[in-house]
Amino acid sequence: MTLYVLRRLVALVPVLLGVTVLVFVMLWLAPGDPVLALLGETAQGLGREQLQALREAYGLDRNPVVQYFDYLGGVLQGDLGTSVRSSQPVLSELLSRFPATLQLAGAAMAIAILVGVTLGVLAAVYQRTVVDYLAVVVALLGVSVPVFWSGLLLMTLFALQLGWLPASGYGTWRHLVLPAAAVGISSSAFIARITRASMIETLRADYVRTARAKGVPDHGVTLRHALRNALLPVVTVVGLEFGGLLGGAVLTETVFAWPGVGRLLVDAITSRDLPLVQGAVLFIAVVFILVNLLVDLSYALLNPRVRYD
Amino acid sequence: MSDQVVAFDSAPATGLARLWRGAAARRFRRNRAAVVGLVLVLLLVLVAAFAPLLAPYAPDAQNLRARLRPPSAEHWFGTDEFGRDILSRVIFGARISLFTGLVPVFAASVVGTLVGLVAGFYRGRVDAVLMRLMDVLLAFPSLLLALAVVGALGPGLRNAVIAVAVVGVPGYARIVRSVVIAAREEEYVQAARALGAGDGRLLLRELLPAAFGALSVQATLGIGFAILSMAGLSFLGLGVQPPTSDWGEMLSRGRRFLPDSGWLLLYPGAAISLTVLAFNLLGDGLRDALDPRG
Repeated sequence: MTLYVLRRLVALVPVLLGVTVLVFVMLWLAPGDPVLALLGETAQGLGREQLQALREAYGLDRNPVVQYFDYLGGVLQGDLGTSVRSSQPVLSELLSRFPATLQLAGAAMAIAILVGVTLGVLAAVYQRTVVDYLAVVVALLGVSVPVFWSGLLLMTLFALQLGWLPASGYGTWRHLVLPAAAVGISSSAFIARITRASMIETLRADYVRTARAKGVPDHGVTLRHALRNALLPVVTVVGLEFGGLLGGAVLTETVFAWPGVGRLLVDAITSRDLPLVQGAVLFIAVVFILVNLLVDLSYALLNPRVRYD
Repeated sequence: MSDQVVAFDSAPATGLARLWRGAAARRFRRNRAAVVGLVLVLLLVLVAAFAPLLAPYAPDAQNLRARLRPPSAEHWFGTDEFGRDILSRVIFGARISLFTGLVPVFAASVVGTLVGLVAGFYRGRVDAVLMRLMDVLLAFPSLLLALAVVGALGPGLRNAVIAVAVVGVPGYARIVRSVVIAAREEEYVQAARALGAGDGRLLLRELLPAAFGALSVQATLGIGFAILSMAGLSFLGLGVQPPTSDWGEMLSRGRRFLPDSGWLLLYPGAAISLTVLAFNLLGDGLRDALDPRG
């Protein structure tokens, strides 16, 4: 297992380097002078000589390759630059917002797994019945309905009309319910689909038939024999779905005024705060990559055959 | 001429050709969900094409005396804060929605197909470099990648379209590459090569058609995804800008008038959902019809 973990970690290095290259290149894609992009409005109206001086001060006149390694060196030491808008270090801004996003993503993931696996199992056990069709419809709606719209509908109904939960803000579990439900239900669709397919296959397996023949009651077969094995492919999907979930979180944070990294990123894009945009993109991408690593490792833990591939 | 004949005759029944030739078309027709998807997509195209005839009002016509009116006989879907007719804006929104669904998918599929063809055909170092680049793009959650591109280029319709296109590229590249790798060893390709077909000809005439089936499925599902992503960007204020009639932008403005003016949210959101659902049903149906094992 240690060898497997090491191999997976080594395989991550080129991807992580590639991600930093892309994030670095963002500065050069920005229209106009990179100095203006880095400094934002503070650099507007400066003369050509002042801009040149700033360019030299920021090292933007050097070879781009040198600049990249300089940037990479900074990133490795936790220096993601300085926000144009707040003049705060980008990393500390991100870290102050991260707990909120982590809470939202964690709660949403829990809801997504609970709803997705339940729907998938019900659809598989009651295949080709009303339950199955309903589950398929719910799963289809989950991938078709925009998460910001379902979020707005949930907010209108449960917060503004019924008054059961707060419409926006952050702090208590009551604030968490609606945004987490919006993201979680939307992410549950794919999980339901995979669970259903995997469960149908497992229910046909020989050992399940044997268990039935031996007189194990239905729910015992479903839960103890079939579900445990059917969940293996689901674990992989959960990792993949986490990306969609992070995207959903960006949108949902805006709907519910949730003070997370996603909303910080959107505000940074709107105010053209490029260092903060770059930092947030890098941060979220790294979190996504690490979560997928953890998912892969847990998969290997659950299914020893993977380790020897 | 002879190589053309050989190549044509020995080419496997692929993609679109197979779709028209019986078995796949029959499977598609029998799939009720897929037919519903197709009908909805056709309806959407008609609505977009005939928007000026169908819309009761001009989408930008303001009527300040009829601001924020709930649905009525005069305004079936109500009016917004400028007194503009929501139904007319939803109808005209179909145009932008189709545009923002089709253009990024077209761009992404062209670029992705080129990458996939080149990588799968030449293999070796070219393949390694191109595919590592695709892996890096895939390492980002898709909406985040779109936001990164918009963050660099700046908000607006054109940049949002570019962003959603960039997100799509690796998907097409991977699919085409895998088809090309499998097909390049096939007899009909070897035969064309033996008859003196050059690389360009092999790529475009022999290998590309083999990928059409998989591409058509990916593109159809991609349209739904692109519409959803564009609506998300517009909702965040980073895509389509006012006063263009766009469903995502309508939601973005409409939410300020909650809870009293729920109709501002209901119809544009339903329009997005229905459109994405239609393309998803159609895409799933195409996949099942073209690949009955799947």
